[in-house]
Amino acid sequence: MKPENAIEITDVSMKFNLYKENVDNLKEYFIKYLKRQLSHDEFWALKNISLEIAKGDSMALIGRNGSGKSTLLKIIAGVLKPTKGTVERSGSIAPLIELGAGFDPDLTARENVYLNGAMLGYSRSMLDEKYDDIISFAELEPFVDVPLKNFSSGMYARLGFAIATIAKPDILIIDEVLSVGDFKFQEKCEERIAKMMEGGTTVLFVSHSIEQVKKICNKAAWLDHGTMVMHGDVFEVCDMYSKN
Amino acid sequence: MKIKVYISNFMQYKLLLKELVLRDVKIKYRRSVLGLLWTLLNPLLMMIVLTIVFSNMFRFDIDNFPVYLMCGQVIFNFFSEASSTAMSSIIFNAPLIKKIYVPKYLFPLSKVLSCFVNLVSSVIALVIVMFITKTPITGTVVLFFIPVIYALVFSIGMGVLLSSLAVSFRDIMHLYGVLITAWMYLTPIFYPISMLPDFLKTIIMFNPLASFVEMFRDVILYGNIPSWSLHLRCFVPCLIVLVLGVFVFKRQQDEFVLKI
Repeated sequence: MKPENAIEITDVSMKFNLYKENVDNLKEYFIKYLKRQLSHDEFWALKNISLEIAKGDSMALIGRNGSGKSTLLKIIAGVLKPTKGTVERSGSIAPLIELGAGFDPDLTARENVYLNGAMLGYSRSMLDEKYDDIISFAELEPFVDVPLKNFSSGMYARLGFAIATIAKPDILIIDEVLSVGDFKFQEKCEERIAKMMEGGTTVLFVSHSIEQVKKICNKAAWLDHGTMVMHGDVFEVCDMYSKN
Repeated sequence: MKIKVYISNFMQYKLLLKELVLRDVKIKYRRSVLGLLWTLLNPLLMMIVLTIVFSNMFRFDIDNFPVYLMCGQVIFNFFSEASSTAMSSIIFNAPLIKKIYVPKYLFPLSKVLSCFVNLVSSVIALVIVMFITKTPITGTVVLFFIPVIYALVFSIGMGVLLSSLAVSFRDIMHLYGVLITAWMYLTPIFYPISMLPDFLKTIIMFNPLASFVEMFRDVILYGNIPSWSLHLRCFVPCLIVLVLGVFVFKRQQDEFVLKI
């Protein structure tokens, strides 16, 4: 891996098996098994993707629904293992793939900060230290001892964002989460991301809003049906994409 | 080298393991008036019911029946609860596994450990019963942790194994309830081994839970130091199940996210 790169994606392909549930009972299953008709359809969500992202860059992934953007993000975050190819990363990753994915609705906000923080690999002492920051950023001071099941979806997302971005990660992965909360909170989120980028964090960003992409990123990669159409400077790629 | 990576990875997620166990314990008793006290009360009340049933309806010739029964129950209930909850842990945590990377063995492991918390308070309940029934306390009592550790290792192995099997073969979740009932009757919890016909005695020799229970009673109730052959009957199944569980889990864990 080259030292100037934060992420290196080499020839990555991802295959999903589409299990179609067209077998209703055991007899049918058995007959189909004997006739060897039980094969499932294969679906290649990504085909031979290669991409290098340099440290400090902010790369946008654009493309239509179902083009494989989220799959690629999950592979980079380590959630999925690619069928073929390799992904190399350097440094810590903060995945904002879905805010509050690890929250337990029965626990209070305070308890969830520690649970979710532990899932992201933070240490206890760091969580103790940053606890007040997290709560004040999420603007949830009056509700720290309320179980999360009573929270609104905006409160949920705010807390999720606050926890995930409290450490300064080397790589930040954002999957269309900036569309949460009111516009004031969105501004706050963007501000925090901008601050991280100034500090040298590499950002990977997925969005359908070309405006937002141009505002945040300096590079872009365009995916279509699992293949890379083009990548390079954000304005060039976005212009081609908009014309298409 | 590789082991070092595993250990440092585990150390990083040690806090998560603790938080997961804490969560289980907290949620289980949240909003109940007696709270954590239930972990103590439950085995006590259960013991009282079963003692009444088996001293009046079905009589076995066993000295100090309450303690005899509880020794068996403490171990078996721990195993039964730990392995069943660990089995579904991967499937229940599907939303999480699909979104964040966390070492997946933490889920079955945390379930077994939260049941272990229950086991500890059941042991306290057992001590209370021993005082009430005026059971003579012998020096071997201090060895009680040995069979408990065996049961813990065996449960971790089974939990890890079952949790990965359950992902690709869901039927096991429905089957396991029946299996665990059969297993319970094959373990001398409320009856003496001596009442069984010979062929069943041989089967029970190969039942690791019966061996754990036997060793537990040896040190608590009878003041015997466990024999080497009994240790062997406990140790070998633990090792086999743990190695098999880890092997199957490691081979399957990358597929989990595609199947849940």
